[in-house]
Order: sequence, then C-alpha cells, then structure tokens
Amino acid sequence: MIAANQPVQRPSNAKVLMVDGRGNIKHHVRSDLANLLRRGDVVVANDAATLPASLSGQHCRTGCSIEVRLAGRPSLAEVRQYSAVVFGEGDFRTRTESRAEPPTLNPGDQLELGRLRATVVRLLNHPRFILMRFEGSSREIWEGLARHGRPIQYSHIPTPLAVWDTWTTIAGPPVAFEPPSAGFALDWNMLASMRARKIGFGTITHAAGLSSTGDPQLDALLPFAEPYRIPRSTASMIEHAQASHGRIIAVGTTVVRALEHSAEISNGFVPPGEQLATQRLGASSRLRIVDAVLSGTHERGSSHYELLRAFVNDETLGRIDQELNAYHYRTHEFGDSVFLEKADNQMRSAGHPSVAA
Amino acid sequence: MKINHESTDSIPSSPMQPPADSHPGNPFVDLRVAITGGTSGLGLALVGELLNRGARVAFVARRREGVEQVGHRLPDAHGIVGDVSRKEDIHPITMQIVGALGGLDVLINNASDLGPIPLKLLGDTECEDFGRAVATNVFGPFRLTKALLGSLAASAREGRGAVVVNVSSDAALNAYPRWGAYGASKAALLHLSRIWDEELSQEGVRILSIDPGDMDTPMHAAAVPDADTSTLKPPEVAARELADAVAAVLSRRPIVQEAFA
Repeated sequence: MIAANQPVQRPSNAKVLMVDGRGNIKHHVRSDLANLLRRGDVVVANDAATLPASLSGQHCRTGCSIEVRLAGRPSLAEVRQYSAVVFGEGDFRTRTESRAEPPTLNPGDQLELGRLRATVVRLLNHPRFILMRFEGSSREIWEGLARHGRPIQYSHIPTPLAVWDTWTTIAGPPVAFEPPSAGFALDWNMLASMRARKIGFGTITHAAGLSSTGDPQLDALLPFAEPYRIPRSTASMIEHAQASHGRIIAVGTTVVRALEHSAEISNGFVPPGEQLATQRLGASSRLRIVDAVLSGTHERGSSHYELLRAFVNDETLGRIDQELNAYHYRTHEFGDSVFLEKADNQMRSAGHPSVAA
Repeated sequence: MKINHESTDSIPSSPMQPPADSHPGNPFVDLRVAITGGTSGLGLALVGELLNRGARVAFVARRREGVEQVGHRLPDAHGIVGDVSRKEDIHPITMQIVGALGGLDVLINNASDLGPIPLKLLGDTECEDFGRAVATNVFGPFRLTKALLGSLAASAREGRGAVVVNVSSDAALNAYPRWGAYGASKAALLHLSRIWDEELSQEGVRILSIDPGDMDTPMHAAAVPDADTSTLKPPEVAARELADAVAAVLSRRPIVQEAFA
C-alpha cells in the first residue's frame, strides 16, 4: 500500500474494497458507495469533531519545551481533565517513535501551554502518560484549546494539517483527539443519495482517542477508554432495522466499538445515552449489532486492524492485504477504504433469526 | 421556488414576552443558540431577548473588550472573540460554540459589514472595501454555517429543530445608490439562503433570510448619520420580532424524512 500523503478527504479517485459475507472481494469507486448499499440498511457514523489536541509549551519546573497530546477524557462533557501523552522538544516532522523524552514528570508539576495553564494530577502507570487538569473557567479553557491547540500531525504528511483537514463533513461536538477518519468518505451528496435509496443514516458521538503514542508499552494499552453518546433517534433507527432485518453499517472502528459496547452492557440492545467504552475487540469478539464496517486501511498489529478480525478471519484478511497491495490502495487517514461484511459463519443471535433455523 | 426572505416588518409586534417559565409553549427553553455580531445593535438585543426566553446563548464578536463587557452584563451568555470574515477564525469559533453549548439548534448570522464608510458610489468603491463586505456578509455566514452543519443536522435528526437565520436587508432587493458593496453582498447572501434552504430541507435544517427593517443601531448611524432616529425601530423590538419569526418556524418544523417512510 502507498501512504496517502495529501490531506484530501475525498479525492475523486478514492476506492473502496468490498468484501461480502462469503469472503468475495470486489473493487469499487468510493463515491458510488450509496449505490452499493441496500434499501433498509442503516449507516451509523461518528459525528465527533476533532479537537486540536497538540499543545506546545513548557514544563515550568525545568523550563523544558514539551508537546502535550491530549489522549482521552472521562466523559463527553468534561472540559477540565484529560489523559495526555507528553513529548520532549521537537515536532511532527520527527516520527513519533523517535521523539525526545520529556523531563521527569511529577504530580503537581505546572505546565504552561500558550494561554492555558495545567497541573499534572498523577502519572498513569507510565512516565510520560499523565492525568492533567486545566486551570481557569470553562470559557477560558475552550478558548485556549481552540486558539492554541494544533491538530495532531502525521509524519507521513509533509505539510502541516489545518484543523479543517481533520473535521469530517458531519463533524459536531469537538470531543475527538484524532479524526474519526472513516467518515471522511461521507459528504452531503452521499447522504442525499442514501436517503433517496431508503437507506437510513444516524450518528453517534464517540471521543476517538490517540491512535499511536510512539511507545510500544503505551500502544499495547490502546485503545484507551472512550466515552460515547447514542442519540435517541439513532437508537430507534437501529432497533427498527434489527426488527426488519436491515443491516447496521458502522462508519469507522469507533462506531463498532461503541455499538458493541452498548450491546454488551445492555443485553444485546442499543439504548440511547452516554457510556464509556472500555473493551477491546478482536478475533474472538462476537459482533451482536454491527453487520458491516466501512474503515480505512490499517496496518497489521494496530488496534484498528485487530478490530477488523472480529469481522473476517485471518485467511480473508490476508487476501485483503494482497489485493490492497496489488491494486495500489492508499493507506492512513486520508487513504482509500475497505467495506467488510461480517463473515457469514459469524451469525448473530439477537433480532436476526438464522435462515437455517 | 420557496422564498424565505421574510421581513419582520410584516409580523405584528407582540407585547413584552412573559418569562420563559410561565410560557410552556416557548420553543426557546434550553434551545442552543449562537449569534454573530453579538455586542451591539440587533445582535446584542438578540442575546438579551433569547436569554430572556430561556435559550442557552453563545455570541461572537471581533473585539475582546466588547465581548467581556457584554459577558459582564449578561453572565449567562457565552462570549467568543472571533472575526467571521477570517477563514482561520471559523473553526475556533465553531469549536467554542459547540463545546460550550454541547450542540447547536439555531445560528443567527447577524454580523455585517457596510462596505466603505461613508457610503460611496460603486465607481468610487475600493475593491478592498467591497471584498471586506463580501467576506463578512457572504463568506462568513457560508463558512460558519458549513462548519456547524453537522451539529445542526444532528439536532434536526434528534427532533430539536435546526434553523439558520441570515440577517438581510431591503438593500438585498432594491438598488439603492451608494449601497453597492453592502447591497450586492446582501443580495448574494439572500440567494445563498434560498438555495441552501432548498438543499437542506430533506436534512430538516431550515435556512431563513430575515430583513429586520431599519433600526436605530450604530451601523445605521454609520450609513445614514443624519437620519431621524425617531423613525427607526429600536433593536430590542426587531429582536423580539425576529425571535417570534424563528419560534414560528420551529413550531411548524417538518419532521425529518424517515428513511423507512
């Protein structure tokens, strides 16, 4: 695969590799996606807008330059307290893995990040993974984040990302730390095409966290706990689709995580409301809600890739990798997409009686 | 074609609004509203009016001093410093609006630029003055609405209603000499409102163009310094009328088309 190195969300030649429940692979133009779905399907996307979560400044006790990357929040409404990964001097042009270490961080240390002031509350089982707390009013914190924060940058994209590069067309609440990038495929025209074809569309808000920290120990903990909210309208759309055998199609791995977490704690239902997703999905996970996922192309070993193993077996994933390479698919956030139907042998129970039953 | 250019002159003025809690039919209770140009004239009057009706209000203005003064007087309103004519300000403004309010139901694009002051014949108008009027009166509302469209559409899907008001002027329709930069930019905004309203009706988002009429505001004084202010509408009256017009639209809002209908 080729790294997508331009921040263009919907290049006209974007592709989608589609895998049906029997493992058959086809290649399509991604802008044609609405025509590849079925009447009665429900598409669910993550409408979180991306916070400019990279904050540069200094560690007051030592005077050292640091970059703080906000990584997680305990709830969607939380403004003051975040988990964060701290880097030493340098910027995005250096690969995350090669970045300088920050100074030793201790509880109580003050951080000066532009106009924002914050305190290290405690370390989170790692010398540069912290719980931090901003000072000031919520108005001052929002203004500080909006004005001083920069989008988390990627070393494979040579020009700095602007904040609008990181927002999907449907972006709403600014609660994600990295873009829910599968949603880059959507635009208002595609939503209108879906509506014309009687395909439902709903959103959830899921605070997507950091995708990589550059530290193998920390990366092993990914994904961190992520709060999500399911609106009443989306919950009822899912319930309706389940009752009428429509498919639930998740746009992005964050949506899979949220809907499956919701079903796990609510006996197979997806009620409206806010929860904290803590689980990891992988080969052994049983999918109760989601029938197919539209995702970016992910590298083997990443938590996103692991999640795809819940949909298809390793043999199919291997063939997908071969096809992605053979057809020069572009990878990373601004790359092409895959659309994976859950393998037929991964039958679900709730609401979907098996044909053979 | 549906025309959404409503002049509030045609809407009868209502007496002072009763407080929100004695008005169960008041659609503004807990509604999340953002107003640009919120520190003077109609914008400031709208901040007060909508707070009185029980809305949660964020307002935007260019000067920090003005935002802080209004914030001091109306501590329930969330003040945001930003210039809608600057592309770089749009996402920071959007982030603060949605972050503070937790979503958005109503956006009022009220901030406006007159063009050259004193007003000039088009032949004497500098391109830069015209450009500034277009940046504030056309690109500003376009960019801000576009950045907030995800939030507005989500609000519509949740049945809360979603309305954008673009504040217009009779100069958008009539060819008044010396009002070229302002009138042409407001005409563009009016047409943008009409087209976008057509496009977004299926999403349940309404885009209205409302002409509040001639008001006794600093902008009017800059445009017509020798006007007899006794003939002008107080901005508080225009704000009440505009809020009534939005309430009327909210109360008859169409249900978002059901995919399975």
